[in-house]
Amino acid sequence: MGLLDQKFDSSNIVVTTLDNLLNWARLSSLWQMQFGLACCAIEMMAASASHFDMMRFGIIPRATPRQTDVMIVSGTVTLKMATRIKRLYDQMSEPRYVISMGSCANCGGPYWEHGYHVLKGVDRVIPVDVYVPGCPPRPEALIEGILKLQEKIRAESLAKKKVV
Amino acid sequence: MTPQEIHDIIKSQFGEIILEAKLENVPDPSIKIQPEKIKEVSLFLRDDERTQFDVLMCLSGVDYKGKLGVTYNLFSMTLKHKITVKVEAPTETPNIPSVESVWKTANWHEREAFDMYGIHFEGHPDLRRILMPYDWEGYPLRKDYETPEFYNGMRVPY
Amino acid sequence: MNETVHQEKISPTNGRSSTGKGLRTEEMVINMGPQHPSTHGVLRLEIVVDGEIIREVIPHLGYLHRCFEKHCEYMINYQQVVPYVDRLDYVASMNNEHAFVVAAERLLNIEIPERVHYIRIIMAELQRIASHLIAIGTFGIDMGAFTPFLHAFRDREKILDLFEMTCGARLLYNYMMIGGLSHDLPPQFIEKTKQFCVEFKQTLKEIDDLLNYNEIFIKRTANVGILPKDVAVNYACSGPMLRGSGVDWDLRRDDPYTLYDRFEWDVCIGKGENGTVGDVWNRHMVRQREMEQSVKIIEQAIVNIPEGDVKKAVPKRIRPVPGEIYSRTESPRGELGFYIVATDSLTPYRVKGRSPGFVNLSVINEISRGAMIADLVAIIGSTDIVLGEVDR
Repeated sequence: MGLLDQKFDSSNIVVTTLDNLLNWARLSSLWQMQFGLACCAIEMMAASASHFDMMRFGIIPRATPRQTDVMIVSGTVTLKMATRIKRLYDQMSEPRYVISMGSCANCGGPYWEHGYHVLKGVDRVIPVDVYVPGCPPRPEALIEGILKLQEKIRAESLAKKKVV
Repeated sequence: MTPQEIHDIIKSQFGEIILEAKLENVPDPSIKIQPEKIKEVSLFLRDDERTQFDVLMCLSGVDYKGKLGVTYNLFSMTLKHKITVKVEAPTETPNIPSVESVWKTANWHEREAFDMYGIHFEGHPDLRRILMPYDWEGYPLRKDYETPEFYNGMRVPY
Repeated sequence: MNETVHQEKISPTNGRSSTGKGLRTEEMVINMGPQHPSTHGVLRLEIVVDGEIIREVIPHLGYLHRCFEKHCEYMINYQQVVPYVDRLDYVASMNNEHAFVVAAERLLNIEIPERVHYIRIIMAELQRIASHLIAIGTFGIDMGAFTPFLHAFRDREKILDLFEMTCGARLLYNYMMIGGLSHDLPPQFIEKTKQFCVEFKQTLKEIDDLLNYNEIFIKRTANVGILPKDVAVNYACSGPMLRGSGVDWDLRRDDPYTLYDRFEWDVCIGKGENGTVGDVWNRHMVRQREMEQSVKIIEQAIVNIPEGDVKKAVPKRIRPVPGEIYSRTESPRGELGFYIVATDSLTPYRVKGRSPGFVNLSVINEISRGAMIADLVAIIGSTDIVLGEVDR
């Protein structure tokens, strides 16, 4: 709201659609679930540390799924972990979004052929909104993925059904 | 102490339990012994003045197709010498005494070998799967292992 | 809260009843993980507690078991294993590659040029610093100190920039080849590394001021999770875990590989300035001091680095003599060994990674018995596990 600060003499009204207001609120404070799976988690940490500073997009890591809006699946999902990821996703409150970060979470990555214990893509257990390719994706790529997610949220509407 | 001397000590202490010894012209000298004697030999190698193998660096299971083997890489911090001890057991009855009571580090290594190869370590206090889920079937690192189609309703192959 | 050793606090009645006045306590099982901010990945711990005191910790692993050993048996040749080795300990990929190529070279009997040795040592030591920076930074967060994390990551980015200059990747490099390296050092690398070494000494001081000698930090870490010498050896602990307990042992000096015996540096051990030797604070300080020593090694290496071709010794076709080998190196977490069984085929018959994290974690039940729940976070943080290599 910095642009409008101290521009009015008395109390005021801004006219916008409810969709716009909700979407703006949602996309500007995407709280992220603080949980890392594998290699990509280190890049996720780097993205939220100094140098890349993901917090400037309103992304704050929260340790509990109840308080989060977006789950970044950062790394290889094994069969043992898949059921836990499903449960964590179920515990998140609506509206919830999922970013699949890295080749492993997208499709199994380097473990696609002989990985007897690797789930070949997290989209087999939970719906995914944005896929970020790379092994591992650079922090810039992750930030790009988040910007894509924000674009997607901006186009949402209460009237229409959410496209999964 | 040279591998040959270690070999001779084991031989003089336990008699004819050494099945095979590769001591020269190999990167890591190894001694293959009878599987049922491994615990006694380990305890002896750890406590004897001349050998003092106080560290078990690594314990690995190997599938030799028809036989399952376990390799113990021993090292002595005080005397700075190494030796590799190997045992083998048939795949149908892979029973090998546990060395958990000799080196505590063997606990998890043996659980891993059990998990991956189905080697049964007799006398292990807590022999259950360690890496795979507890309800997993089969031993993944065996050469004839086939990946299941489904696990808990999730498709496993690509 | 941590001024006395915790073992003394346990009541002699084994926690079942206190002082005989009818106040009865019961054991309770608490689950921690796999999603938990301070288990450093997907570790799950089942904790049996009596009130606040831990009776037993049962780790459940395997949430990141990515079938590394199976993949090795399916590769076309030995060189193809290297990218998978990268992904074992993703915080210290260079050290993993180093361990694997050293093992493979010993197996194949390859002599490599001196320049390659020097570059590998520089890379391994830079990576050691980067890895310890993550360990120290995240350990700070576990203990409630957020600022050191940002300082640590700032300097880690500088190291990653150096790696990126060299091989184009930030985290998983696939840089070392059996017999050589995929790229020579780029121009300006030496200069920038020199500059980094100068700047980094300042960071070390900053971390000392911000974290290591902070009163609150010492109160939370000193005298917690004491690992005695003999237990550490019997559990085959290695790296900072072992040295924190006062055992003067470093594979770079005591079982030298490549050219580490040419450099002047010291092995850091826990001395017990605060707390007891073998506690969390001393393990943490071993990492801090190791970074100083790594800078020392790098500074010597970049001065003496010889000229040469880094790809001269790379074999066209890797066909080993049948045999087996166990080769170990000192990774930032400890003894990283590879047990390789080779037949006359191009593919390894069996590769076992003896990861330091796996072995160091197995001691956790031993050292956290009798501690408080809050201290368990400190103990896990000080073991500095990376689940990628624990589960492989």
